[in-house]
Amino acid sequence: MATLVERLDRTWEAPTGAWSWLTSTDHKLIGRRYLGTAFFFFIIAGIGALLMRIQLALPRNTFLGPDTYNGIFTLHGTTMIFLVSTPILFGFANFMVPLMIGSRDMAFPRVNALSWYIFLFAGLLLWSSIFFGAMPDDGWFNYVPLSGPEQSTGRGIDFYLVSIVFLTVATTAGSINVIVTAFKMRAPGMSVRRIPIFIWTMVVTSFAVIFAYPALTAANILLYMDRHHDTLFFNPTAQGDPLLWQHLFWIFGHPDVYIIFLPAVGIVSTIIPVFSRHRLVAYPLIVLATVAIGVVSFGVWVHHMFAVGIPDLTNSFFAGATILITIPSGIQYVAWVATIWRGNVIWKSPFLFVFGFFVLFLIGGFTGVMFGVIPIDRQVTDSYFVVAHFHYVLFGGAIFPVFAGLHYWWPKMTGRMLHERWAQLTFWFMFVGFNMTFFPMHILGLLGMPRRVYTYNDNIGWDALNFFQTVGAFVLGFGVLLFIINAIISTYGGEDAGPNPWEANTLEWAVNSPPPPYNFVVLPVVRSADPLWDPPTPEGEAEPSALELADGKETYGSSILDAEAERVLPMPQDSPWPMFLAIGALILAIGLLFDLLPATIIGIAIATIVLVAWTWPPATKEEAMTL
Amino acid sequence: MIRTPAAPYDTMSPGELGNPPGWWGMLFLVFTEAALFASLLLSYFYERANAVEWPPAGIEKPELILPLIMTALLIGSSITMLIAETAIKRDSQTGLIVGLVLSVLLAGGFLAMQGYEYTHTDFALGDSVYSSAFFTITGLHGIHVAIAVLMGLVLIARASLGHFTARNHNALRNVSLYWHFVDLVWLFILASLYISPHVL
Repeated sequence: MATLVERLDRTWEAPTGAWSWLTSTDHKLIGRRYLGTAFFFFIIAGIGALLMRIQLALPRNTFLGPDTYNGIFTLHGTTMIFLVSTPILFGFANFMVPLMIGSRDMAFPRVNALSWYIFLFAGLLLWSSIFFGAMPDDGWFNYVPLSGPEQSTGRGIDFYLVSIVFLTVATTAGSINVIVTAFKMRAPGMSVRRIPIFIWTMVVTSFAVIFAYPALTAANILLYMDRHHDTLFFNPTAQGDPLLWQHLFWIFGHPDVYIIFLPAVGIVSTIIPVFSRHRLVAYPLIVLATVAIGVVSFGVWVHHMFAVGIPDLTNSFFAGATILITIPSGIQYVAWVATIWRGNVIWKSPFLFVFGFFVLFLIGGFTGVMFGVIPIDRQVTDSYFVVAHFHYVLFGGAIFPVFAGLHYWWPKMTGRMLHERWAQLTFWFMFVGFNMTFFPMHILGLLGMPRRVYTYNDNIGWDALNFFQTVGAFVLGFGVLLFIINAIISTYGGEDAGPNPWEANTLEWAVNSPPPPYNFVVLPVVRSADPLWDPPTPEGEAEPSALELADGKETYGSSILDAEAERVLPMPQDSPWPMFLAIGALILAIGLLFDLLPATIIGIAIATIVLVAWTWPPATKEEAMTL
Repeated sequence: MIRTPAAPYDTMSPGELGNPPGWWGMLFLVFTEAALFASLLLSYFYERANAVEWPPAGIEKPELILPLIMTALLIGSSITMLIAETAIKRDSQTGLIVGLVLSVLLAGGFLAMQGYEYTHTDFALGDSVYSSAFFTITGLHGIHVAIAVLMGLVLIARASLGHFTARNHNALRNVSLYWHFVDLVWLFILASLYISPHVL
């Protein structure tokens, strides 16, 4: 065995030094970077939220001016949707997908590295708008004509348009990577009925990305053309139509809600069986419900537009489709409750966050059903009731599961346990703070407080609730701070985690924490949906043969449905090309943003040269096959 | 039963194997690009449904001879791409290179004619929603053809260095998939932007 490990150590060298860190294609390193970068954006978006809460704490407050306030709520929303929720879940996917399916890396390790660089650059490009005094300020859905060339004359909207399209490249590439990895690289024996639920949800999310993001890209291209090249797509005085933006945006925007929510479903479905000591009840139903949600989510976008004057018949159709989504969501919910019911719950911190998700998502789901009813929607749309609703579904429905995932997989990713008491305190501060901040928004919305106002008068009875919410926001922020402190303490003095501290059922817990660069010494063969809970092989029966593969940087490729081992896949060496390509693309993006033709041309030239170099096959024939 | 692949796939017969990851990656890239063009054509018809007159007053209905010649060039390039692929499956290096060169020339001819078309329209980009949609959609497609041509040139370089064999020509298969997709999109653009104003 020792010689096998030695051979693997030689071919799968761990990164040493800055250059190998920059050029590494190790999915675990990239996954950690993804998580860290998204968490960084989470912190600055959260600071933005606290600034807004300070402004709103008192009536007629002058802490932020109206323009700054508009910029901050736009950056807060855009960041939380595009730079936090989606990438943080793709961070988990990057780290966990190959481990959970028993592979040694993603299908396209270099594309994976490229995704992270582009994600980082796009996020920094968006936030650099602050230094140009040009924050985008028309809200995260950026409606025309307000964002058109006549009404928004600065560069703010251009920062939004260019960095979002730029970011889309990263998200799309990441999605294709996830799908192909999950299709073609599963451990032998991991047939479709044995795929971990987190993989299923990531695959459905990735398909939604592939088909939903292009609508956003199209909208952004058209608006970019309107702003930079005098086209008239959204210009009503020239027979253009602002409503087209809303359609395109929400054809993307509603599936995007599920793009964010479904991986969270995956995390919840992963954690519940482990902490209930019972396999997931109704696994096939949860999978089918996930797929159904992914499909139906493309047919509900008009429920964001009930108040804009679309014919009633059209509205009714979309209202029906919206209510329809409660059926698969309900199936998932009942299956989780049944799993907990059949099992014996261990109340550790990951499960606490799942519990928080249960409560918050139930409330958010309930107000969601209310919004599916057109008369209610028309009464409370664009009020704080909406703000309350989408924070319950997005923060409660996705960020709480993200924290559950962080607490659950932290030992796997770092090799150290988080301090459990601190983790529980984190949960309670976040849970109480969240409800203090967002529950009163339901009431304020019903009282008529519109969203996106930078201040309000003191004689209309909104003061006390707003002040209370601001206090709640700081309680929530303190909870997040506790997590950061806990993470730092754990890094330097945390208890050693061992391979499987939670006695979990999926393959990532079969390897050391943190996993070695090659993940698995021998590639596993799977014979159930909970491989680590399988009973030991009875006496006299043959162990399932594990697969050795130690003579090169290689892993197995398998067939799509039955996961029969099909071929040996050579894995690429570390490569600087992803970094260079991202730099070329950044120069191109800057050129487009500021109308600098030379930068545009230089960016295209760099990207072209790098792509040719990247796809040019290496000297050996084996490596050439990766193309 | 678990089948263990003892040998690298180069020695296995292609019939036993599914497509390699790279081909699947290209397929999903094509899917997302198809959704992008679908969104743009949807925008075209959406704007058109709102218009009083389409094309707007003062603009002739699109001329058809030039775009039909362009269509013939693109379809021709898809056929020559197929010829290149068939040739390398029989290990014919000459057939491969001839097919690739013809494909690049035909697609290059398409781009040249598009350039001619752009300089001979009686309307400019910012004149109307109609002209905005016309130039934006055909322009974006033109960029895709240009990218395909670039990939074709790389393939010609690699083919002349003997990189491709009957068993392993994955790069060619992936480019060919993209190539046919770009040509297929053109047929939708032809039907929507050029032909439909005459018949609908």
